[in-house]
Amino acid sequence: MSVETERSSTESSAASGLDFEDTALTLRLPGSDPDRKRASTSDPDCPSPTAAAADSPPSPKAQVVGWPPVRAFRKNALAASASSARTKFVKVAVDGAPYLRKVDLAAFAGYTTTTSAAAYDQLLAALQDKFISHFTVRRLGNEEMKLVDAVSGTEYVPTYEDKDGDWMLLGDVPWRMFVETCQRIRLMKSSEAVNLAPRAAR
Amino acid sequence: MTYFPEEVVEHIFSFLPAQRDRNAVSLVCKVWYEVERLSRRHVFVGNCYAVRPDRVVLRFPNVRALSVKGKPHFADFNLVPPDWGGYAGPWIEAAARGCVGLEELRMKRMVVSDESLELLAKSFPRFRALILVSCEGFSTDGLAAIASHCKLLRELDLQENEVDDRGPRWLSCFPDSCTSLASLNFACIKGEVNAGALERLVARSPNLRSLRLNRSVSVDTLSKILMRTPNLEDLGTGNLTEDFQTESYQRLTVALEKCKMLKSLSGFWDASPLCVPCIYPVCAQLTGLNLSYAPTLESSDLTKMISHCVKLQRLWVLDCIADKGLQVVASTCKDLQELRVFPSEFYIAGYSPVTEEGLVAISAGCPKLSSLLYFCHQMTNAALITIAKNCPNFTRFRLCILEPGKPDAMTNQPLDEGFGAIVRECEGLRRLSISGLLTDKVFMHIGRHAKQLEMLSIAFAGDSDAGMMHVMEGCKNLRKLEIRDSPFGDAALLGNVAKYETMRSLWMSSCTVTEKGCQVLASKMPMLNVEVINEVDESSEMDESHGGLPKVHKLYVYRTIAGPRDDAPDFVKIL
Repeated sequence: MSVETERSSTESSAASGLDFEDTALTLRLPGSDPDRKRASTSDPDCPSPTAAAADSPPSPKAQVVGWPPVRAFRKNALAASASSARTKFVKVAVDGAPYLRKVDLAAFAGYTTTTSAAAYDQLLAALQDKFISHFTVRRLGNEEMKLVDAVSGTEYVPTYEDKDGDWMLLGDVPWRMFVETCQRIRLMKSSEAVNLAPRAAR
Repeated sequence: MTYFPEEVVEHIFSFLPAQRDRNAVSLVCKVWYEVERLSRRHVFVGNCYAVRPDRVVLRFPNVRALSVKGKPHFADFNLVPPDWGGYAGPWIEAAARGCVGLEELRMKRMVVSDESLELLAKSFPRFRALILVSCEGFSTDGLAAIASHCKLLRELDLQENEVDDRGPRWLSCFPDSCTSLASLNFACIKGEVNAGALERLVARSPNLRSLRLNRSVSVDTLSKILMRTPNLEDLGTGNLTEDFQTESYQRLTVALEKCKMLKSLSGFWDASPLCVPCIYPVCAQLTGLNLSYAPTLESSDLTKMISHCVKLQRLWVLDCIADKGLQVVASTCKDLQELRVFPSEFYIAGYSPVTEEGLVAISAGCPKLSSLLYFCHQMTNAALITIAKNCPNFTRFRLCILEPGKPDAMTNQPLDEGFGAIVRECEGLRRLSISGLLTDKVFMHIGRHAKQLEMLSIAFAGDSDAGMMHVMEGCKNLRKLEIRDSPFGDAALLGNVAKYETMRSLWMSSCTVTEKGCQVLASKMPMLNVEVINEVDESSEMDESHGGLPKVHKLYVYRTIAGPRDDAPDFVKIL
């Protein structure tokens, strides 16, 4: 869910050429880009929720009774699955950092990120936010991911422990399988990452 | 013909199973009326308030299969207040008095009590089949009564009912002597069932062809059951979300492989993507697949499964499949006849991953497509025109653009021309639901071209009374018209009053009809029940005036020979 500031600034932005939306404070997942299409001018007398729905993306306020026309049974069934098991917090350790953090794997891969690659990117960006101030993410030709601390030059390899207790390289399996099997994450220093499980044959 | 003995006439009528034909022959003369009514085996009552139950039972005392429908369709979307009506009790009581040979009962959108189920279970010695769809008001105790007393029960089919779960006891109430079950569907029961009782029941039901479990049934129980049902044709899975245990899923695969007759698969409650490969062995033989309760499957999981389903005719899926997933469907499922794409998020307008492109791809790849329900967040006229040309065989076309009143995503124009193309090209269209930004023009197209249309659903559409009047004038076969949040008022309501006697019902909610208009309709047409439903709630528009008169919040008009009903609650006024 994202929270957006008042949109009135965009009216003047069209005139001035500056897009204040870029500088607006928002809470949203890094890299996600909500629909910024402006709706056609809405008639304030019109009771339809068109304007509200088009202007502000994830907002539960614009609900019309009985819309969309989906049977209550189906709505309840999907709501039940939405509320259950929709968080998966795992511990994240970074070699050299004094304390661990936790990250919710279920928070990634929403509608704006339907590909595994994008979900992994978001996860790495989130880890970057939590731990190191000057990371870059380097994707090598063979799709291995490495995080490089721009200040110290240290390379980190993202790894995770799966249900069998093996330490695996992040990024090999589809995102949903990763979320199911991941128990904890460790950003290992490259120099130590020599004995990882071999990548599954393609 | 009247010189033939009655047995011969009756024998001739036995070749006319369709209700419409039998209704027609019964009008010919008194003799034929009598022969027909005594030999009628199936009776379908589309509106439980159109006729009194006693009258049906009196006319057709030898009926074997009775179908009754209760609440109007929009009740599915919470537009009909609870306690409005649709009670099954009077029907079951009348049947218990007048046609004890009853074998099958089908009910849709009705309120059924446990007492009624118990009466049903005890009154009909040859009772074989109970099918309840979108009903409410009963608990698993009522099911226990059915299980205990219906010795010849072949079919217990519970589809999307609201059932009060009072524990797993009901399933154990099938006596050991009950070996006749061919179809059991308890997918809508929320709680646990006794796995042992279920396994034993399946083991003693050699005729079992259709089995739909609920989400409490474990993978292991499912595997054990499947080993006993090699002739199963239709399966609704139980729980497929367990922690990935290789052995459990391998057993499931082995069990599924034994089911060579399996044609239809559903369930998949919150299924784990890791279970998807287990289904591969049966995919190639499936004609029906319902994945619409699996929001946990991503587009890639879904396409991997569907790419094996070359014989698929019916597919229900969530919009997580995305346009690219629909392209896989289009290139794989050449026999596809029915497609339903449901929304997985309801309150985030604009985030559905399916758009007009997915539907265009389907229409290009699946020329046999005749039935569609499609929720998406955008559509264009160009796409609809292409779809209409690709698939002229649509009989049911329901398009729901999630954002009410949304225009063509490319041109910002209304979608009148797109839907116009649909009704022009699809001459056999019987059911249509329209959405998006629509003016009176679309109704002009519908009135002019949709000559076979029987059911039309309208929401947030039109500019003026003329819109509704086009439909009332032009759609000669219209039976059900349901409208919400559209600017149609008294002029439209009263434009063609005689037509309501040719229709089953009219629903109008949040339109601009006034109580005065409804009064006029009621006085002109005594054969109609004109129900004004005004709830007192925060969103009530009672104080808004339209020409100085209070607007009617909800209106339900239906033809009837039963007169005003006597079970209406306070908030329903029958004019």
